[in-house]
Amino acid sequence: MNFDDTPQEAAFRAEAKAWIAANAPRQYEDELRKASLGRVALKGVNILEVAKAWQKKKADAGWACLHWPKDYGGRGASPIERVIWQQEEGPFGRLSSMFIIGHGMCGPTMMAFAGEEQKRKYLPPLASGEKIWCQLFSEPAGGSDVAGLRTRAEKNGDEWVINGQKIWTSGAHYSDYGILLTRTDPDVAKHKGLTMFFLDMKSPGVEVRPIKQANGASDFNEVYFTDVRIPDSQRLGNVNDGWNVSLTTLMNERMSIGAGVATGFPELFDFCNSLMLEDGPAIENRAVRSKLADWAVKASGLKYTSMRAISALSRGERPGPENSIGKLVAGSMIQDVATYALDLQGAAGALSGPEDAEVAGKFQAMLLRAPGTRVEGGTDEIMRNIIAERVLGLPGDIRVDKDVPFNKIPTKGRA
Amino acid sequence: MNFDFSDEQKQMRDEARKFLTEQCPPKAVREVLDGKAPYDKALWKGLAEMGFLGVAIPEQFGGAGAGHLELCVIAEEMGRALAPVPFSSTVYLAAEAILIAGSDAQKQKWLPKIASGDAIGTLALFEGKSNPSPKAIKVTANGGVLNGVKKPVADGAIADFAVVAARTGSSGRESDISLFIVDLKAGGVEVKSLTNIDLTRGQAEITFKDAKAEPLGAAGEGWSVITQVLDRAAVLTAFEQVGGADRALEMGRDYALDRIAFGRPIGSFQAVKHMLADMYVSATLARSNCYYGAWALSTNAGELPEAAAAARISATQAFQHCAKNNIQVHGGMGFTWEFDCHMYYRRANAVALGLGSLSYWEDALIDRMRKKNAA
Repeated sequence: MNFDDTPQEAAFRAEAKAWIAANAPRQYEDELRKASLGRVALKGVNILEVAKAWQKKKADAGWACLHWPKDYGGRGASPIERVIWQQEEGPFGRLSSMFIIGHGMCGPTMMAFAGEEQKRKYLPPLASGEKIWCQLFSEPAGGSDVAGLRTRAEKNGDEWVINGQKIWTSGAHYSDYGILLTRTDPDVAKHKGLTMFFLDMKSPGVEVRPIKQANGASDFNEVYFTDVRIPDSQRLGNVNDGWNVSLTTLMNERMSIGAGVATGFPELFDFCNSLMLEDGPAIENRAVRSKLADWAVKASGLKYTSMRAISALSRGERPGPENSIGKLVAGSMIQDVATYALDLQGAAGALSGPEDAEVAGKFQAMLLRAPGTRVEGGTDEIMRNIIAERVLGLPGDIRVDKDVPFNKIPTKGRA
Repeated sequence: MNFDFSDEQKQMRDEARKFLTEQCPPKAVREVLDGKAPYDKALWKGLAEMGFLGVAIPEQFGGAGAGHLELCVIAEEMGRALAPVPFSSTVYLAAEAILIAGSDAQKQKWLPKIASGDAIGTLALFEGKSNPSPKAIKVTANGGVLNGVKKPVADGAIADFAVVAARTGSSGRESDISLFIVDLKAGGVEVKSLTNIDLTRGQAEITFKDAKAEPLGAAGEGWSVITQVLDRAAVLTAFEQVGGADRALEMGRDYALDRIAFGRPIGSFQAVKHMLADMYVSATLARSNCYYGAWALSTNAGELPEAAAAARISATQAFQHCAKNNIQVHGGMGFTWEFDCHMYYRRANAVALGLGSLSYWEDALIDRMRKKNAA
């Protein structure tokens, strides 16, 4: 048992470290390091431009999309090398947030289902950040139940005509392309009538509208499709086989192991270390210590769970199912941590202006963003279902709509 | 990086599981539960023959000289099987105290007997309702004899010897405390069995009346040794707790698959699935914290105090959580004597207290994190 790199890993780490030291945009390091949950912003500059410049620089030197084949703009690196890169990239990795969906989900789906010519055309600019991609799956009527989606694609000659609405699309407003899951046959069971496409987001009939979230920010969009035309050559996989194509997309996402999930614990520990309560320093208060200890072992448990997965990668094995707990634990933890940080301040905890609030209002921002964290990318309940079914082997839910044609499934207006 | 046990260590875990599945089925645990024997003597002998009692004891003192990582994987299996033997008292507490502080002669005298199963040892630390604290120690040592009462002492009624923490000064500092080895079969020692919530493991009250005692380690350094012993034992016990948590989770999962109600397996109801998923989450967090503890223990790293506290807290929470919800999944059957669920529930709640309760380790963890932060 050890935390040491193998000689090859150490050589790779040294090379990555040296290149990052010589090339990273150091002027933003401090701001990026302090950025917490949700959207990362930089003062006085457009973060999209900074992010694209950094991504292009990495791509030119062979450090973009490390796990992708070289032919498509990647490096052909091993999974453990990808993790080492993330560790070394540190705060600069936050500049990759707008590329995560394209690199983690859209790219791998294109690799599996697009034609060779298309792959060579679309993947390298995706890898280099010159083109940004988004993923158009969720709909108002199909969130956790994504196969319940209603956006129609109807064949018309060599083209498909798309009508409908998507929601919760991250980055749609700055995306160049998207992968789109549609319904092509409403007369069969819901999983059996779906088809996947990719499309140019500038196509006529595509309208992107930002969603104003509960916390006041706008990280996501609604996307409306009105008679949008997509050539059949941009279909991914067979007609009505879109469900299986989407599983490839989602599987790829689960295979990626992040550099760590935000829990809010380091911020809370520092805060309690400096906060004075009526009866002395907060960190010396019995009740505070008990709470802190509880969260400390959750945070360290997550950290070492991720180390175990990385070790499996280092041995050339697939990580076990342990990593599926990360989002579930961190999501509700950050919410509880933020709630408690405010609680410690009494009435003043409600103040969120950067001039009045502790740590420039970071805990208040965490509190207001956290409900979204527990919903996006699989709700807490869906994550528990996944653990129960795929890890523990418990039966799937009884699906009353499984063998019913999609257009006969009861809906709110059609019970 | 290889933050995992080696193939050889995993093989040893498999061997331990196989051995315990055969030699320590629930039926054997119930012999002790039902009061038919104070502990499972045949199993104790078998563990000695397998080399498990002395796995971390150096070869020159009669052990296998493997190491603490090997002891961790065995501890996990002992917890999983609810082994009704004085393993933790003898191996994690008494043997570790002697390894840390003992003279060559003391090691030569006691460690081979521990490895061969011929001596059961324990640590006599607590004196009433208190977490580990030098202030709570009233037993006195004067002129080579001890006087006072220790309670509770794990496995005290079946132990041959005890490492005893006693007061040798009155300055109010930690240096008032020194350690001694006492032969519990000699004169001046009275032992009384005490009833406790875990009927598969004994607790006792030990009264010393001018009992002959031999110093273990230097005078005034007892508390420092106790702290080190508790840290090591915290990691090893955490592995037992993780083993128990995993088994309780499996029992709950298996029952949820098997039990039919409302025309379907109860494991298909989300209320039950989600409860089991949460048990998996806490067991996984605990296991990962334990692995870090194992690394720190086996390398004697400066991180051990913090890692031990984190492993202890996380594993205590996980075992308690899994044991109580295993009963919940079982419903009424889980509350019968006949089903094994209560044996895990009893063990989970007793083992949560033995080395100091959660609040003690929470305090310790925050102190240790602050120290690291300040450094």
